Amino acid sequence: MTPIQITKSTPGNHENNRFGAVKSGGLILFLIGMVIFLSTLFRGDFKITQQSLQQSGNKVSTARLQNLQPLVGKFYTSKKRALAEIRNTLREAEPQIDAYNLGVAQFWVLKNAAAGVFKDQTVLYFFLSIILAIVGGLLYIIPQFYEGLPGIKHNNIWFSSAMARGAIGITIGTLFIAFYILLYWFPQYIVNMVLLVDPVSYFIRNMPADQWFLYGFLYTLTIIVMGLRMLAKYRHSRYHIIRTFSIIFFQLIFAFLLPSLLERLSMPSMDLKNAWPLNYYFFTDWNINSLWGGGSFGQFLFIWGIILSFAGVPLLTYFYGKRWYCSWVCGCGGLAETLGDPFRHLSDKSLRAWKVERITIYSVLVFALVMTFMQVVNYTSNGDIFGNYTWRVNQAYSFFIGAAFAGVVGTGFYPFMGNRVWCRFGCPLAAILGIVQRFKSRFRITTNGGQCISCGNCSTYCEMGIDVRAYAQRGENIVRASCVGCGVCAAVCPRGVLRLENGPAGNRFNLIKSDAIN
Amino acid sequence: MEHLVIIGNGITGITTARHVRKISDKRITIISAESDHFYSRPALMYIFMGHMRYPDTKPYEDWFWEKNKIELLRGLVTEIDSDNKTLSLADGSKIMYDQLVIATGSKSNKFGWPGQDLPGVQGLYSLQDLELLEKNSVGAKRAVIVGGGLIGIELVEMLLSRKIPVTMLVREKSYWDNILPQRESKLITRHILEHGIDLRCETNLKEIIADPDGRVCAVKTENGEEISCEIVGLTPGVAPNIEVVKNSQIAAGRGILVNDFFETNIPDVYAAGDCAEIVTPEGERNKIEQLWYTGRMHGKALAKTICGERTIYERGIWFNSAKFLDIEYQTYGFVSNVPRKGESSFYWEHAEGRMCLHLVYNAQNHALVGVNIFGIRMRHTVFEKWLTEKRTLEYVLEHLCEANFDPEFFAEFESEFVAQYNTQFPGQKLRLQGKRGLFNKIFA
Ligand SMILES: Cc1cc2nc3c(=O)[nH]c(=O)nc-3n(C[C@H](O)[C@H](O)[C@H](O)COP(=O)(O)OP(=O)(O)OC[C@H]3O[C@@H](n4cnc5c(N)ncnc54)[C@H](O)[C@@H]3O)c2cc1C
Ligand code: SF4
Ligand code: SF4
Repeated sequence: MTPIQITKSTPGNHENNRFGAVKSGGLILFLIGMVIFLSTLFRGDFKITQQSLQQSGNKVSTARLQNLQPLVGKFYTSKKRALAEIRNTLREAEPQIDAYNLGVAQFWVLKNAAAGVFKDQTVLYFFLSIILAIVGGLLYIIPQFYEGLPGIKHNNIWFSSAMARGAIGITIGTLFIAFYILLYWFPQYIVNMVLLVDPVSYFIRNMPADQWFLYGFLYTLTIIVMGLRMLAKYRHSRYHIIRTFSIIFFQLIFAFLLPSLLERLSMPSMDLKNAWPLNYYFFTDWNINSLWGGGSFGQFLFIWGIILSFAGVPLLTYFYGKRWYCSWVCGCGGLAETLGDPFRHLSDKSLRAWKVERITIYSVLVFALVMTFMQVVNYTSNGDIFGNYTWRVNQAYSFFIGAAFAGVVGTGFYPFMGNRVWCRFGCPLAAILGIVQRFKSRFRITTNGGQCISCGNCSTYCEMGIDVRAYAQRGENIVRASCVGCGVCAAVCPRGVLRLENGPAGNRFNLIKSDAIN
Repeated sequence: MEHLVIIGNGITGITTARHVRKISDKRITIISAESDHFYSRPALMYIFMGHMRYPDTKPYEDWFWEKNKIELLRGLVTEIDSDNKTLSLADGSKIMYDQLVIATGSKSNKFGWPGQDLPGVQGLYSLQDLELLEKNSVGAKRAVIVGGGLIGIELVEMLLSRKIPVTMLVREKSYWDNILPQRESKLITRHILEHGIDLRCETNLKEIIADPDGRVCAVKTENGEEISCEIVGLTPGVAPNIEVVKNSQIAAGRGILVNDFFETNIPDVYAAGDCAEIVTPEGERNKIEQLWYTGRMHGKALAKTICGERTIYERGIWFNSAKFLDIEYQTYGFVSNVPRKGESSFYWEHAEGRMCLHLVYNAQNHALVGVNIFGIRMRHTVFEKWLTEKRTLEYVLEHLCEANFDPEFFAEFESEFVAQYNTQFPGQKLRLQGKRGLFNKIFA
């Protein structure tokens, strides 16, 4: 017999599509903004001058800039050509220059050589691209939640091309991945995008933007915009409202503005909430040196980082579960809870996925622990014991885990595997928090007696791929290492079966013995 | 090895099989016509609304059955020959059993309306109904749902998710007031209207009219009005599905007649879940329990009986829950739609009219009889305990904080309840115990 296949076939009758026009208008604005933003990749003129080379002085060595003298006076209408000539010129003078230093030189020389519309009209294009996309995006995503009364807004998600791995979803995922690859490994190709946020960077930090500023800026904006969407979507749920405000606050203030201001003041700078080992360079010699050597404030930051990572994180997790970090404070979690919300149901709920998850996340944890051990030994022994190997392990970690896993896969795979790929399969901090949560914590999700109808909404919308229903339908409480306490399972449950709560740490697993369940 | 055959892979049949497997290594076969695997019937609406796909509604992964040695067979049982302990299937095959469990569930009621079998007219019970609705809603400009109740309102919500306007014909004075007390019924009625649903109370269907192609094009009500529509949903409740025992020796009334052990009149043949009619002595009305959790409890008790530990079905404190569009509903104990003799009520309603609390208690000793709650979640175990212990209205009001199950940070109304009580009973001075407050919230 045929398997049951329900696919939406109604075109629908859009009589009560109240905000249809606003929505389409918003989408058009968003797309125009995006197209202009992406067009910076392919357009733009560059003119290398004596002055433009000098501007790169604090990023690229003087000798190297000297080597580029033959290019002074050249004008390019093609970025590809410009990059090729910079590369060839440098290679000729310095045959052994490595890819990293070459990239840095290319990036700054090219960025400072920018001419043409993006240079002359930076602010205008900033508004025409990023700001236009934001305004359009908000118009597109917010009003729809006001079409009906406050409540769960999950209609038609599995029929949506963007949210159910259709063509649009694949496109979005591909764009994310491409952006991350350019950002991490080929920033010299996105100089014009970086250029667009120069005015913002000067305004906040009084220095030119680099790709990391662009990234931080877009990241923060995304969390704000998609956070507003969460506030609209969950306007009936104070838990989500407060949680979303918390996410926006920590991203905007702690991750973005505060470090930027510290940079402006030329002080040692750090994201105060970024705990080790998510912050995998905390114990590198250069970080310790820069903090410890950065005066009393730097030392404060260093001590703060230690206290946060080794006392604050476990203690708060004991009291509230890992949610206080993962879905209230963390930047990766913050992006997942805002930008990632439309994709949360794409996480794999199978037992097999759970097995894979345990292998990968604890492997990364071991990797991070080994690396940290080497970093610390290296620092205390002045590099005598592991020497160059520490650096290589660092490099490997930051390439495979920091960039490829957390960035490219972690965010790029939202539309394919849900919004917590990194948090679930990779994050070493989540692994540690999870161990605390599973074995010594006051947090649990309580199941409400025998009310569960096994519908599956909770499991479907669990971004961590936890089969919540498997516990709920047995009347068991949910105590799982991976649960980030987003609270969505409890929100979507149509029978009020689940409640996230803190309580006495003993006997968290099942508080009742009733015949009505099981 | 003994062979246990179960007809029906709904919650009842599956729970029976799972629990039999826990305590015995009998061979177990489940035969079902509707689907290959067990899925959650209450989740049907969410498939249509795009919240979940069909596989998401399956409570167990497909490997579960083989691993637990539960054999699944897709097929329709047409005949039970209890003399030879043999089942006949629609495809002509035969299956022998040593023990038989009939858990065939319910089927949608139809009341003989003219036109009730026209294309475009349907009920909502099975996956096949869902597929049919998918076809029927192509290009539909209006749907008419006949009959209130829980399935009716779900069908309405489903159609609204596709932006198909809905007219709802309800026999009662206000929505579901044959079950809900007046004020609760009004509350939900308001909510239905606020969703832009064309709710017509005290309106009966007279006939369903076909267009020249033979498809439904309108309904006519008893007061002569004609409403044009492309879909008619018939949801006037369900009745036990007893088709399979019609030509057998197994006794049936409205449902398959069983005792408190789910034993039918034939040895080794049991029936449970929606399809069973539990015979009660002393002229009480026989019990047909058509709920998810009752099916689960039936199955659990029956499993023991089947495995030799004859176990009486203990109903426990009655409870249920539902969701009316955006308003969640829970009930514990017994709340009658019209106040019963010797009972009094405490009723609180939120100013916005989407939440209420209705406590029914014994007028004499104030012992709690039942509670209806809309828009606020309560703890099952706490109310189960209070009802068993026959706690008084006053005790319950003072301790309601213990029962609150709303998510953290949600607005709390317990002090409002108590204040209202104190105004209604001027002699009394109840004091709320265990107020949660900010401190408790953070350090509780
Ligand atoms: C739309 C809808 C929403 C609901 N929502 C809720 C809710 O929120 N809460 C709640 O408590 N209850 C709800 N219910 C009721 C609940 O689903 C039923 O009480 C429950 O499913 C009954 O389980 P069962 O195992 O007894 O029967 P069923 O689930 O009906 O399973 C019986 C199975 O047996 C099969 N079958 C029947 N005859 C034969 C045969 N001759 N041969 C082979 N197979 C056969 C049927 O095809 C069916 O698959 C809802 C019901 C519906 C229709
Ligand atoms: S179990 Fe619930 S709270 Fe935990 S991560 Fe999953 S959806 Fe979020
Ligand atoms: S806990 Fe709630 S959402 Fe999850 S399966 Fe049970 S009823 Fe459905």
